[in-house]
Amino acid sequence: MAKYLLLKHYRGAPAAVNDVPMEQWTPEEVAAHIQFMRDFADRLERSGEFVDGQALSPEGTFVRYDGEGRPPVTDGPFAETKDLIAGWMVIDVDGYERALELAGELSAAPGAGGKPIHEWLELRPFLTEPPTITE
Amino acid sequence: MDEALLRSLTPTVIGILVRRGADFAAAEDAVQDALVEALRVWPGDPPRDPKGWLVTVAWRKFLDATRGEVSRRRREVLARAEPAPGPGEASDDTLQMYFLCAHPSLTPASAVALTLRAVGGLTTRQIARAYLVPEATMAQRISRAKRTVEGVRFDRPGDVATVLRVLYLVFNEGYSGDVDLAGEAIRLTRRLAAEIDHEEVAGLLALMLLHHARRPARTGPGGRLVPLAEQDRGLWDTRLIAEGVEILQAALSRDRLGEYQAQAAIAALHADARTAEETDWVQIVEWYDELVRLTGSPVARLNRAVAVGEADGPRAGLAALAGLDPALPRHTAVAAYLHERDGDLATAARLYAEAARSASSLPERDHLTRQAARLNARTRG
Repeated sequence: MAKYLLLKHYRGAPAAVNDVPMEQWTPEEVAAHIQFMRDFADRLERSGEFVDGQALSPEGTFVRYDGEGRPPVTDGPFAETKDLIAGWMVIDVDGYERALELAGELSAAPGAGGKPIHEWLELRPFLTEPPTITE
Repeated sequence: MDEALLRSLTPTVIGILVRRGADFAAAEDAVQDALVEALRVWPGDPPRDPKGWLVTVAWRKFLDATRGEVSRRRREVLARAEPAPGPGEASDDTLQMYFLCAHPSLTPASAVALTLRAVGGLTTRQIARAYLVPEATMAQRISRAKRTVEGVRFDRPGDVATVLRVLYLVFNEGYSGDVDLAGEAIRLTRRLAAEIDHEEVAGLLALMLLHHARRPARTGPGGRLVPLAEQDRGLWDTRLIAEGVEILQAALSRDRLGEYQAQAAIAALHADARTAEETDWVQIVEWYDELVRLTGSPVARLNRAVAVGEADGPRAGLAALAGLDPALPRHTAVAAYLHERDGDLATAARLYAEAARSASSLPERDHLTRQAARLNARTRG
């Protein structure tokens, strides 16, 4: 039992094989893609492996503390930021092999021409609680 | 309300429903529904006969659920059958439930979830919260597990080793939800030990008790990890230690050693030392030799290297470490510790920092980062 984050990037990941921006797909291709994502999450829920899935707006703000009694400073969004997260899915699976398998399946989501995008997804393990028995 | 009693009745009541002709999956669902109702109703209106109440309500839930699926005539046959189980049978049922829920065809996660529900009497919601997943996901995991064991005969003895692995997982996973999983694992292992006379069941129970005894000393303020050598041994639960040692000695005297007894023996030697310095590392190394012989486990070899480092000095520990795969979890942390003991603080600091980056838990990462920081401060000053 291990939790993993499947991270989807707007920017920052290597280029996908079928790398056509979504706005250039046909409406049917967009619909098929969305349906695929929905079915994928449903299937994970049925297999007892789904924890969470969220999409993020690409527009964000940078915020930092600016000293006692002063409002926080905001900045951005920065167009040049290298890494931009599009969304994530959290899964709870038996181990790394299964996490890889699922990430591979998700990366096959259909894109332009109805063909798999072959998108690079980032797979990150969650830090867990420490085990009780260590010696 | 006596929730512990309610939970302990769960496998018995499932067994009764199965004997009345319900299949396991339907019986388990019906008892879970009855359990949820009991949690709602009992606090305001406690039944005089909790078991009788559960059987009646669960049976009604079962009949409700099967209505439409089974013909009316079949229901009547079932209802007329209603044999009350004899006293010996309920006990056998409970044991069968352990075997079924830990069946080798199940993945570890499924076996754990099913065991906690059908043997442990926890609700799906409690299990979901303990493992930090949505309730719907946990419900599906349990349904799938039940479908997987659908065809398994209920009257054949299973393999104790698979049951022990599942209970070990529940104990060791260490999640911290509102369900005390370590306490739950101990309760289930105690009950198993009462059902079956087996030295490794006793070994696992002893192992759990001996580790559980140290729980109050294992974490400091803010969940900070306190390593064994630095723990306040006055906080250890001497009652649990005494019980664990007694159970272990009885198991060992049967002269059929297994991995859990060996691990428990190591824990007992730690528990026996009034201070870290008084630890009998030579004997601990001998037990690790047994454990390696029994399991061949690389983790056991890694822990053995630590013990060798204490018994024969850090150079010997590093030599024992040399033959092991550096990709093993905690390998780098062990190397860091042995290098520090050997006086090579710069190497130790570098390895602690490296180990922190690959730690699999937050408290371990923080602990290793503090070790690196401590040594770096010392080498600077």
